Amino acid sequence: MTIFFKTRLLTGAYRHFCSKMSASIRVCELFKMLVRYPPAFVAGLDSAKHILQKYLCAFIFVIAMPAFAQLTTPLQPLPSPELALRLKKLESELRCLVCQNQTLADSPAGLAGDLRREVRSLVASGKTDAEIKDFLRVRYGDFVLYNPPVDRKTWVLWFGPFVLLGGGAFIAFWVGRRRRFLALTTVAASPGDDAKTARAKALLDDETPK
Amino acid sequence: MSSAATVADQTNKAKRAWQFFLPLVVFFTLVWFLYQGLFLNPREVPSALIGKPAPQFSLPILHTPGDKFSPASMKGKVWLLNVWGSWCASCRYEHPLLNDLAKNQVVPIVGFNWKDDPIAAKGWLAKYGDPYRLSVSDIDGRVAIDWGVYGAPETFIIDKAGIVREKHTGPIDAKVMNEKLLPIIRDLQKVM
Repeated sequence: MTIFFKTRLLTGAYRHFCSKMSASIRVCELFKMLVRYPPAFVAGLDSAKHILQKYLCAFIFVIAMPAFAQLTTPLQPLPSPELALRLKKLESELRCLVCQNQTLADSPAGLAGDLRREVRSLVASGKTDAEIKDFLRVRYGDFVLYNPPVDRKTWVLWFGPFVLLGGGAFIAFWVGRRRRFLALTTVAASPGDDAKTARAKALLDDETPK
Repeated sequence: MSSAATVADQTNKAKRAWQFFLPLVVFFTLVWFLYQGLFLNPREVPSALIGKPAPQFSLPILHTPGDKFSPASMKGKVWLLNVWGSWCASCRYEHPLLNDLAKNQVVPIVGFNWKDDPIAAKGWLAKYGDPYRLSVSDIDGRVAIDWGVYGAPETFIIDKAGIVREKHTGPIDAKVMNEKLLPIIRDLQKVM
């Protein structure tokens, strides 16, 4: 950090940064400066000379954070809380096609915003959930639904795990049964124990009633 | 006695071989699927539009916003609809190929300027070349939803009857152009 601080280029950048700051507190400008000269900002933090300015800079930057949030087109309010609830549920059942592992509700992508707006206006115009889902399916395919529909193509997906579970349970049962059965029957026939088997046989033969 | 031992021995051997090979088979099946997965592109969502009539719209033309363009006016021609934006980095990648296509007059290309600022869009075309017969501006992205657009660049091939025949998502490279798009375009152009 100190090495950075010593370099003239960066102190220059820092001064530029601070003059910009004091001239006009425009958050966008500040943000651009930060992006352009991030080491200058860090170097600036080491400076004892401009302690006040640096804290001011940092403070203003922090309180201005919400200004960096993306502004979206204001959304039309929904007439009733039931509709708002339905919309929320719908958005969490639809997939954002840009960041594919997020729902429409969670995604910050521009397209997700457009689709949310579209779904909202469809909800407001009194369309049912099924109609809205169909609207998006016609355009984006089944992929837009977070839950894939049950049809012949997705049988393996939906029922495969249960088939595997059933198969596994069956194998476990079968192996267990076999093991118990073998434990009962293989004592006499276990290989390598010929001497013991012979002895056992002799004992048995002895006990046969005469 | 000894025969019973050999029978047990053989079943044990068969069982052991089975126990050895089954996990191996399962393992290689899994590897095969995972290996296939390496070459799949999860961003490539199959278009729901293929084989269906091109969605109609009427959008202002980028360079002459007073005029409107509608896909119906392209009836009788095979044409491309290319979704682009000046904010889209991979559009710049495929742009030289589109310029070539336009220069050789292979097929008319209509630009679909998606969620863009018209001034920035015009500047972008002036800088990188304008292969488009015309571009339409879809500033709020409403029409793009009808076309199932989810990421620029996207290229649709529309046949003479106005049916969407193919869609390519992502930048076109020479391979995609020569092996996928051009053959389809030529085949469609042969159809009366």
